[in-house]
Amino acid sequence: MSDVSLVVNGRKVSGSVEDRTLLVHFLRENLGLTGTHVGCDTSQCGACVVHVDGKAVKSCTILAVQASGSEVVTIEGLANGAELHPVQAAFKEHHGLQCGFCTPGMIMSATDMIRRHPEGLDEATVRAELEGNICRCTGYHNIVKAVLAASKTMSKSKGKAKAA
Amino acid sequence: MYSLNYHRASSVADAVKLQKKGEDAKFVSGGMTLIPAMKSRLAAPSDLVDLAHIAEMKGIKVSGKTVTIGGGTTHAEVATDAKLKAVCPALSYLASHIGDPHVRHKGTIGGSIANNDPAADYPAAMLALGATIITNKREIAADKFFTGLFETALKDGEIVTGVSFTAPAQAAYEKFRNPASRYAIVGVFVAKGKDGVRVAVTGAGDEGVFRAKGMEAALTKSFVPASLDGLAIPASGLMSDMHASAEYRSSLITVMAKRAVAKASA
Ligand SMILES: Cc1cc2nc3c(=O)[nH]c(=O)nc-3n(C[C@H](O)[C@H](O)[C@H](O)COP(=O)(O)OP(=O)(O)OC[C@H]3O[C@@H](n4cnc5c(N)ncnc54)[C@H](O)[C@@H]3O)c2cc1C
Ligand code: FES
Ligand code: FES
Repeated sequence: MSDVSLVVNGRKVSGSVEDRTLLVHFLRENLGLTGTHVGCDTSQCGACVVHVDGKAVKSCTILAVQASGSEVVTIEGLANGAELHPVQAAFKEHHGLQCGFCTPGMIMSATDMIRRHPEGLDEATVRAELEGNICRCTGYHNIVKAVLAASKTMSKSKGKAKAA
Repeated sequence: MYSLNYHRASSVADAVKLQKKGEDAKFVSGGMTLIPAMKSRLAAPSDLVDLAHIAEMKGIKVSGKTVTIGGGTTHAEVATDAKLKAVCPALSYLASHIGDPHVRHKGTIGGSIANNDPAADYPAAMLALGATIITNKREIAADKFFTGLFETALKDGEIVTGVSFTAPAQAAYEKFRNPASRYAIVGVFVAKGKDGVRVAVTGAGDEGVFRAKGMEAALTKSFVPASLDGLAIPASGLMSDMHASAEYRSSLITVMAKRAVAKASA
């Protein structure tokens, strides 16, 4: 057993867990943050993507103890009260989801991608950057549209939008 | 995943000490290979010694044409470092095509080289660049480092702390990717330095990464794609699996090598 302490969505949390506990299980089972999903056991689908110290990572492929001491942002940490994050709003507007299972990971990847491309995004870049996120429903078209739209909104309202 | 004991190392010396204490202790860097293997119970170390917080293993130094990359440097850092891109864009390109963004945020060059997956990208670059692999004990030439499938010259408890190489005048990497895993079905790294041309092939060899010496000789004479016309690596030493037959891989090697030469000359 090890003590794990993290700042999750701005809140200090800690717990004692078995060393083999994956971060995704710590988030879902210890903290009740079930927005982060598990879609595979091969580290390929990206349903589990969260930000650790500002970078998108697969929370199913990192132990909670490895992440201890870090800041974590999950899908639950994006909206500002009832006001959706611009990426969430764009997914809603452009029908970027059907069953919604991949969506938390898609949105966490999209916010990371937008942060890493302050120069703006084009379709080819978005598609290449989404290689670590699998969707079984949408065919990706509307996801790509949503990410492009969100990236435009966020560059227009730079500073106003809550950076994720 | 089986139970394990986790230890966070603060320095290379600390990591060595912690690794010795464990019964079957393994190092973990990015965990992008080891954690999936542990989840599927293909690996079950008693102890994990985390190298990810060792400051002395991180960062990229470029001085003239000499490049040194810390073993703990992530694929994302290698892909985006401006000084590296200026002297060896082929390596930046290679790093930017490993896996996906999330994998690149965690996975490290030291972990990739130590693991020596027969379909991994970095081993091809190290071999073609004639790089030196630096460990906590010694320096090993890439030619002597990669010894077989998932096999290297590393001894138990030895840590890849960095790599260094001289940036070549021209270089390029071309990879034919497995569309699902994004690992190389065939990847060819071509580098033209002052001692001639080196060509390294990953994803294809029965015994992992290898140099295509016939192609090197032809390209040293004339560094143009047409020099490789009619040259092929025989299928007999190549892998056959559900993704590609040895014959197909043989054909892909020549195609990827030609594309790499064209790209390096562009
Ligand atoms: C979805 C997915 C896609 C991928 N696609 C690709 C791809 O296209 N191309 C590619 O090349 N790779 C790919 N990878 C693998 C990835 O590049 C890994 O990061 C890399 O192979 C291992 O680096 P790591 O730091 O994660 O090592 P770890 O997983 O932490 O360790 C791997 C092994 O090396 C040992 N080790 C780690 N660091 C050191 C060190 N410094 N010194 C000595 N031993 C050490 C460990 O004990 C372990 O045995 C992919 C991985 C995933 C999950
Ligand atoms: S659950 Fe599929 S990549 Fe993490
Ligand atoms: S919306 Fe169903 S998996 Fe993407």
